[in-house]
Amino acid sequence: MNIMTPMVRDPNQEQFDTRRLLANAQRQAEDRRYEDFMIIDVDAHHYETNSYKEIFDYIEDPVMRDQFIYTKGATQLPRSTGGFQEMAGRITRYQHRATEKAPDGVHRDIGLTRKWMDSMGVDVACVFPTPMLGLGLNPIVEVEVQYARAYNRWLCERLLANESRMVSMLYLPMNDPVAALKMVEEFSGKKGVIGFLVTTVRYKPLYDNAYMKLYRALEERGLPLAFHAATNWGDQSMHITNRFIATHALGFTWFNIVHMTNWVVNGIPERFPGLKSIWIESGLAWIPFLMQRLDNEYMMRSSEAPSLKRKPSDYMREMYYTSQPMEMINNQTMLEETFKMIAADTQLLYSSDYPHWDMDLPSTIYDLPFLSPQAKKNILGENARKLFKLDYLISDEKKARLKAKGVAA
Amino acid sequence: MAQQVFVCNEIEMKDGDVRIIRQDRIEVGVYRYDGAYYAYRNHCLHQGGPACEGIIRSKVVDLIGPDKTFLGQTYDDDEPHIVCPWHGWEYKLKTGECAPDPNLRLRKHEVVQRDGGIYVVI
Repeated sequence: MNIMTPMVRDPNQEQFDTRRLLANAQRQAEDRRYEDFMIIDVDAHHYETNSYKEIFDYIEDPVMRDQFIYTKGATQLPRSTGGFQEMAGRITRYQHRATEKAPDGVHRDIGLTRKWMDSMGVDVACVFPTPMLGLGLNPIVEVEVQYARAYNRWLCERLLANESRMVSMLYLPMNDPVAALKMVEEFSGKKGVIGFLVTTVRYKPLYDNAYMKLYRALEERGLPLAFHAATNWGDQSMHITNRFIATHALGFTWFNIVHMTNWVVNGIPERFPGLKSIWIESGLAWIPFLMQRLDNEYMMRSSEAPSLKRKPSDYMREMYYTSQPMEMINNQTMLEETFKMIAADTQLLYSSDYPHWDMDLPSTIYDLPFLSPQAKKNILGENARKLFKLDYLISDEKKARLKAKGVAA
Repeated sequence: MAQQVFVCNEIEMKDGDVRIIRQDRIEVGVYRYDGAYYAYRNHCLHQGGPACEGIIRSKVVDLIGPDKTFLGQTYDDDEPHIVCPWHGWEYKLKTGECAPDPNLRLRKHEVVQRDGGIYVVI
């Protein structure tokens, strides 16, 4: 046997670096030639908690601002599932990300986001906040309104205005329908704003008449409305689960199931046929379930959903879905059928959810054996590009790979 | 053709340590645990994460009483797990077997101790 001298590392002695953590993702990107097409990640996250001091400055109510400052942000969170996402230290990026060196010359958030995007081969990412996914539970309506407006202003001015590869659908304070409408009126057209967001852990029904002006405003502007799931361990049904795996697996589907059901049976898609909706971070398995369930009941009880002119699944098939966390353990047959049922070739949007613990790489789509090459490109980027009317954009790193191969970007 | 690749001298690794060895496009994690050495491909079977660059954490077990009541949880220190840092997939450190699915297994590499040195066969 030959004796070789290789490169040897001790990972426990290394400074945490996203590029190192995601080195295998970069190899996947290079092996699969992601530089040949645009990848859009429709659900990624950042930790707005890292920029609390900056965001608090944007809170206009001085009393509320002090509350946030002195509670270190706890004002916004009437619930807590902290400590479970990082799996007691198993997902190392949670505990080490604060120590990571960010590139000079840009906001730290932009620098760190570029790192993981370049590793994965993502060209444009739609970023959302993290703890704010639970803000809709806050019993103080003004807290949701004030903090949402502060976050949106900060996001637009400090991040989106300075990085074309980052876009967002802005948080709507749905507990105040008038304020939500004002948010659309004020922020539509700002750089990087590609739609608006409803976090679905909330208990005000979205079919309420108070929201109709909001939906009309979005439809008129051609801006999609996204529904981002989360979980609420304090919900009465979730309260009887005693492991995070249970409240996460159920909660992240349940809250979108409830709002989707209300959305359809109340005929919102008939009332606003031009309003495009996107259902985020519930995986995919729930969609065929709900399509079948609602169609079956509708055929017996159509009198309770008289606004509908077609079956519930027909409306659902025209909506958009993000892919993560895609259920993919020993279920190829079911997964292929799911893709057919949701018209994935045109309606499915790749999402990573990075840096959260259950993130999916682009290879989860690219490696699916039942997809055509065009379907892969559609799901990984083209569907989102058309939906959001985005320009074709390839990252500098991917352009460099193309140049090295003598291909014009 | 398999090659014996030098990792480090034996005295440089203590129990619980890992070294990542890169040879061309192959990365291998070499562990020392309870005085023995183990080596696996640094590639998680889930989404290709660096399986050997996470923490080592013993298997978690539920404590169930003789009357079948739940008493709490503890660690089984006889079964240390390698935890992939991307998503938390766990593998048995001593065999490479995926903890929740014995049909899956990290690719194993032979470790050779010779003349005070540690070598891995790649």
